This record gives sequence, C-alpha cells and structure tokens, in this order.
Amino acid sequence: MGIVSSITRRTFLIGSSAIAGGVAFGIFAARQEPENPLVATLEEGEATFNPWVLIDSEKVTLIAPHGDKGQGVLSTQAALIAEEMDLDWGDFDVSFGEPSGAYWNRGFAEEGVPFMSTDDSRMAETMRGIVGGITKLAQVQGTGGSTSMPDSYVKLREAGAMARETLKAAASAKTGVPVSDLKTEIGKVILPDGSELKYTDLAADAADITPIKDTPLRDPSEWKYLGKPMERLDIVAKSTGTMMYGADLSVDGMKFATVCVNPRQGGEMLGFDATAAEALPGVEKVFPITNGVAAVASNTWYAIQAVRAVEFDWGPAPYPAEQDAHWTALENSFGEENLDSEWRNDGDVTTVEGEKVEAEYRSPYVAHAPLEPMNAIVKVTDDGVEIWTGHQMPIFLTQQVAAVAGIEPEQVTFHNQFMGGSFGHRLEFEHIKQAVEVAMEMKGTPVKMTYSREEDFAHDFPRHISMGRCTGVHADGKVVGLDVAVSSPSVLASQGGRLGQGLPGPDSQIAAGAWNNPYGFDNYRMRAYRAPELAPVSSWRAVGANGAGFIFDTILDETIHAAGADPLEERIRLMDHEPSRIALETVGEMSSWGGELAPNQGRGVAYVESFGVPTAQVVQVTNDDGFIKIDKVWIALDVGRVLDPVNFENLVQGGVVFGLGHAMNSEITYSDGMALQTNYHAHEAMRLYQTPEIFVRGLENQPKMRGVGEPPVPVAAPSLGNAIFAATGQRIREMPFNKYVDFV
Amino acid sequence: MKLTVNGTEHEVEVDPNMPLLWVLRDEIGLTGTKYGCGIAQCGACTVHVDGQAVRSCQVAIGDLNGDVTTIEGIGNPETLHAVQESWVEHQVAQCGYCQSGQIMQAASMLEFNPDPSDDVIDAVMSGNLCRCGTYPRIRAAVKTAAAKIREA
Repeated sequence: MGIVSSITRRTFLIGSSAIAGGVAFGIFAARQEPENPLVATLEEGEATFNPWVLIDSEKVTLIAPHGDKGQGVLSTQAALIAEEMDLDWGDFDVSFGEPSGAYWNRGFAEEGVPFMSTDDSRMAETMRGIVGGITKLAQVQGTGGSTSMPDSYVKLREAGAMARETLKAAASAKTGVPVSDLKTEIGKVILPDGSELKYTDLAADAADITPIKDTPLRDPSEWKYLGKPMERLDIVAKSTGTMMYGADLSVDGMKFATVCVNPRQGGEMLGFDATAAEALPGVEKVFPITNGVAAVASNTWYAIQAVRAVEFDWGPAPYPAEQDAHWTALENSFGEENLDSEWRNDGDVTTVEGEKVEAEYRSPYVAHAPLEPMNAIVKVTDDGVEIWTGHQMPIFLTQQVAAVAGIEPEQVTFHNQFMGGSFGHRLEFEHIKQAVEVAMEMKGTPVKMTYSREEDFAHDFPRHISMGRCTGVHADGKVVGLDVAVSSPSVLASQGGRLGQGLPGPDSQIAAGAWNNPYGFDNYRMRAYRAPELAPVSSWRAVGANGAGFIFDTILDETIHAAGADPLEERIRLMDHEPSRIALETVGEMSSWGGELAPNQGRGVAYVESFGVPTAQVVQVTNDDGFIKIDKVWIALDVGRVLDPVNFENLVQGGVVFGLGHAMNSEITYSDGMALQTNYHAHEAMRLYQTPEIFVRGLENQPKMRGVGEPPVPVAAPSLGNAIFAATGQRIREMPFNKYVDFV
Repeated sequence: MKLTVNGTEHEVEVDPNMPLLWVLRDEIGLTGTKYGCGIAQCGACTVHVDGQAVRSCQVAIGDLNGDVTTIEGIGNPETLHAVQESWVEHQVAQCGYCQSGQIMQAASMLEFNPDPSDDVIDAVMSGNLCRCGTYPRIRAAVKTAAAKIREA
C-alpha cells in the first residue's frame, strides 16, 4: 500500500529538506497565529495554505499532527481535511509533521478548568477560552485526553475548505472561468465544459494566491466520508507486517542497544561490574548512564543478554519499599491538612436523614504495558540530535532531548512514528533521555535503544493508586445523599515534576469520575485528598476516573441496592443531564434491562462521565459453579458526533476490554522497592477467551465534539462489580477483582 | 548457520542460542515479526516453522529444524492471504503491533482446521495478547477467513 509505506519517507523529507524558496499565505499573520512550519520546507512549485496541507506537482500531503497510538486518528484527521477538500480517499500522503506551535492543542483547555464538562455556562466557556490561550502561547502540541477530534473537528475541515477554495481561485485565474462556475471532486477542479485540472497541476499557480479563508463549512448531510464507514489508511500495512513502528525502523550504520536502570524507580546505581557482560558475543560496549547501564551490540538480543550479565549494586527506592506502606500513606491522607479540594458540597450530606451505607474502596497501580516496548533511534552529531520514535508530546520531547544533549531544541530533529500502543506510557521521557545518553556515548553512530519487556514493566510509571471512603444515605426507597472522599497521590504532580513543572492548584484527576457526574443529588459532597508522592505514576488511559469512577459508582450502587430501588431506574431518576439520561436509557433498551435472567446470572449498570463523554454500560455475568463468566456488555456513549463509525466501534470495544481486563486481573505491587510484576504472565489483563460479546451505540445528543479513546474505560470496573454483586451477593470493593472471585 | 525464510536461504553468523525472532529482526531485517515479551506470553513473534505456528522468541537458531515463514511470506499489500484479507475487511487492527502474530496464529490454525468451533478459536487465539482489545474483531475475522478458505 503506497499511501502508508510512504508516510515514513515523507516524514523524513519534511523534517530534513532544505529551504528552497516558495510561498505561503494564511490566516496566521492576520490572526497572529503561530508560523506555518511547512513554509520553511517549501520547494519551488509547492504550495501550502495552512499547516495541514502541502501540495506539489506530484501529490497532496496532509499533516496529521496528533500522534497515532492505535486509535486511528491519522486516518480521521485526514478524513476531516479530505471531506472539505474533495480528495479521493487514500489518494494522498499523510505525515505526522514536525513539532510546531502551529499544532497547539485546543482540546487541552477542556480538562484544564474546574468546571464540569457538561457545564456550558458563560463562566465555564470563558475559562476554557483563557486556558486555551495559555495552551496556545505555551505551544502545547500533544496527543492525549481524548482531544484529537475536539481539537481537529473544525480546524481541519477549515484547512480543507481553505485549500479547496484557493485551488479553485488558482484554476479561475488560469482559465478565466469564474470561481462560481467551478466544482471540485476527487482531487480535481472541474470546469463547466467537463475538463479537469488536477490539484497537483495547480500547485504552482496556487502558491501565488492569497489563501481564501472563512468559507462556510459543509453541512454534515453533504458529507461523503465523515460519519460513514471508511477504510483506515493504516489497515493494510497493519495486516501485512509492513507497518514500520519505531521499533522496526532502520537507519544507515545503526547499532542496537538496551539499558538496565535501577528497578527501584528513581533510585541510584551505587556500582556495577560489567566484566562478564563485555565478554559476551556481539557486545561492543557496556557503559554507565544515569542510574544504570547501557549495552551497545550488533543485535538487540546481544545487548539484552549483556545487561543481564552485569552485576549491579542498586540504591534504595525514593518511595516506600513495600506495597502495604503505600496503602497506609493513602489511609493516613484523609485529613484536613491533605484536603486537595472540596469539589462538590451540595445540600448537607452530614445532616440528611436516612439509613447509611458506609464502605471503603481501593484501586491499584496498573501498568500501561503497550505491546511495542519503549524504544528510540538516536543519532548525535556536532550539528545536533536526530531522533526517531513514537511519542505523544513532540515539542516537549525536543526540549527534553536538547536538555540531555546540552543543545538548543531547534537543533533536535524529531521524526514521529506510528506507535504500537501507549495508553499513556508514551507521554513519558525517561526512555527518550536514556536513548540520547546512549547515542552521545556513540557519537556519529545511530543507535536503536529498545527496552526489554522486563525493563518496560520496571519503568512503566503505572496508574496511581487511590482509595475511597464513602457514605451513601437512603430514605423511602431512594438515594438522598452521597459523601465521597478519595485519596491518592497526584498523578499530574508526578508527571509534571519529571518535566520540572509544578502543579498550580488542585489535581482534577484525584476527583475525576467522582465529582463531575451530572446527577442532581440534593445532598452530595465530594472531597479529594492528596496523598504524598509514592511510586512515580503517570496518566493511564482515562486517568483519574478509573479509580474515582469505580469508587463513586459503586457506593451509589450499594446505596441503591440498600434502598431497594432498581439500579438503572434510580440512576435515571437522579440524572440531571439530558444526554446522560439518554445514555442510561439507551443501555437499558439495548440490554432489555429488567428482562428474565437465570438464577445464576446478574446484571450491573454503571455511569461515569469521562473526558466530556457521558458513558453508560450494562454488564451481564453468569456465576458458573463459583466461576464468573462475563457474557455480554452493552455500552452507550455520547461523543457529539461519530466521525468514523467502524473505528468508533473498534475503539469502544477495545476500551471495554481494556477496562474489564485490568479490573479483573491486573495490578502492580511493590516489594523491596521493585514492581513484582515483571512481564505479561503476571499482568495479563484480558485474553480472547474472557472477552464477552460487546454491543456499542454511539449517541449524538450533546452539543460538543468529543473523543472516544478514554471514556469507555472507567465504567468497566463498577459495572462489572455491580453485576457480580447482582449474580452472587458478593460486593467487591477492590481491584483487581480476581483477589476475591475466580473468573472463567 | 543457514536458514530458509519465506523461500529464501540466508546465512547468519550468530550465537546459536540467539532466538529466531532476533535473527529475523536484527540480522535479516524482517521486522514484521514483533518482539513483545520474550517469554512466549504475548504471541507477537509468532511465525510458522514447516507450517506450524511457533513463538520465534523461544526457538534458538541453533535448534531450528525447518523452513520459516513470516508474516511477509504469507501475503503482501498487493496480494493478501485470506486471513489478511479478512483482517482488512473487519478493520481489526488498532495499534496493530500484535496483529502479525495474531494473523500467523490464525493462518496456522485454519490450515489444520478450516472450520474451527468458537471454543477452538478462543482456545487457540488466547495465547496472543492484544493490548488494544481488538478481540471481538479477531473472532469475527477468523470466521470470515475460515469461510474464505473453505470456499477456496
């Protein structure tokens, strides 16, 4: 497949081609937008109208700056442009582009404000605007927080429309036919007499025309691609072994390397003996790097064997050595002095009359463990550093690389790659910095550094642990109050700390999934407590809502059951947000909630709002002689608009599998300062035999465009726990659930 | 040491303990076969040795006793294998990193049993981990591929 196989080459080209003249216009100067990075690389006869479209006499290249870690956004970004530009699907190149402030992420503003995602008040929108401005000024280009579509939805269609109208203007200037008489289709301008001018043949003319902006966008009813099944641009490459991930790339003269760094994350290396390692076949060099050792060899396997042969003297971990002490730290953090924020205090839950349900919950550390281990190819020369890897934060990456190499970020050339998963690990920089250290030792020679799976687990920066202490109050068969307290270390402080950035104000991710669900409780208090930093942690797909959403929805479910109400009906009664109520009603209808079940079956429902997406799910389980089998899952979620229905279904099903699998089977625990789980045998999540049938419905009732990478995940644990309770009477208050029940 | 991969003979000078996986990837340059775990837990490195699906991370090159077929050997973007065709039709892949192994496992299974029951599919394919959770589509694509192979 030519399209995909050429992406990597094109990325190289854009990153490295010399300035050879050319013209670019755009909205940038007029609105003081960041500079279009494509201008600097324009060749004679090439045209760019904005940072996302580049045309020369041979092809159209679209820039998709949001990284693709499997969620398919390379394709959907291209579809947004192609829809307005009238390109033939697939008849263009796509590149991840180069790091640039022009690609600042508008979507990050949404989660950066202390307003519920469902809050469209003027105050909330104003604050989003202010935070958006900061994001722009800070040139925060990045992929995460399910922001790719919220960020791209309007601006990429505008980019396509601008390109189309400018090409029409060029055709008009060339032929004398008025623009109003011109049409466009599949990469061509069509004249009234039926003759055609390819976009590529108009590139040189278009370069001299001021880009036409402010063209109205097409109504969705006119869409040819969006909203309809499309073939993902990467699907053939990913089905034939021809997709080149960072781990697969080869650079001329490249050598192979790996590292072994203190498995007590952040601990020092006190000493090492590499005598045996250096004597192994294929090993070229073994040398110390920060907190560990690197081996360079003629084959990755030789390098891994070499670091395994090194004798290490590791220093202690900068956090409690044993897991119990981590939980104790959380238990001890429910005090005024640790109050991070009181996110909700509606009514007065302390005085409301009724029967009380009290419970404590735990959500463990979990590894991201994407199947492609962390890796990077780095070449260090006198001119700077060139790096090939897949990463979610391109500009931060160039800054981190520059800091290690002692150069300026402008001297770093970054070629972003397709990622073999991330789930948040590829927001981190430790492996990147190590790869640069290795390449500095091998100056002039490109080195591919690949983690062993064991190194990847030891340095995963898992999801943060959290603990909930909750009280539910019910009276007259109804829920009348909830008091939810969550304590956890701050994932944003841990992540930001490694970048040298503090966290001003409270960490929304301690409370996410608990404070922001748009129920209309008369009495609701939600307090977040910040525990001290423990093991270094990082954003794990859906971040805080995994723990706090589990805590919130389970205490709600326990209170509903204690009240004797129907779990779905009571949630619907309490819900104070129309799209969310529809999501709940939809899973009820999809699952025929209330229908007959066998005596050993049970169903649970859960609702968690995550990254602006109201998400409701019903899980059905069978208790098969003491073994729990998940039969079916129904999930309905509202993203505003479903842009690629096939990919949408796949991503949501994958999110369900990811959420359920880890809730059932996975945790990271520490002993002697090290993660005990060293490979997938001890951290399996879900395999195919445990996978239920999963029915997905995308809803389009909310006014905003939302992303769907993360939202399906947090509902998994509570809906499964609620179903197990319904089937067995056993209430599970701690993940992973396999500590308490056996699964088929 | 000599080995035959996708019908081509290669000669490599390596430690006989080196797993076939790393011979394929770093010596021969066939990177469609992936490294995921190194301990036969994920299946990303699955190749065929004389038609049988094996985890190439567990086969020392010195012990290799048969012809090797990798994902690059069963089909290509222009001429897809029936299993690959089904994987494209169902748009199985998300990140795609595990899919070479999934496809090689499925192709081997269908070679021996072109009409596998749901239980057989679950049992055989459960050795291949997919972190993105594409399992529902893997199930569907295996069935489509089985039908194609039976009709062929």
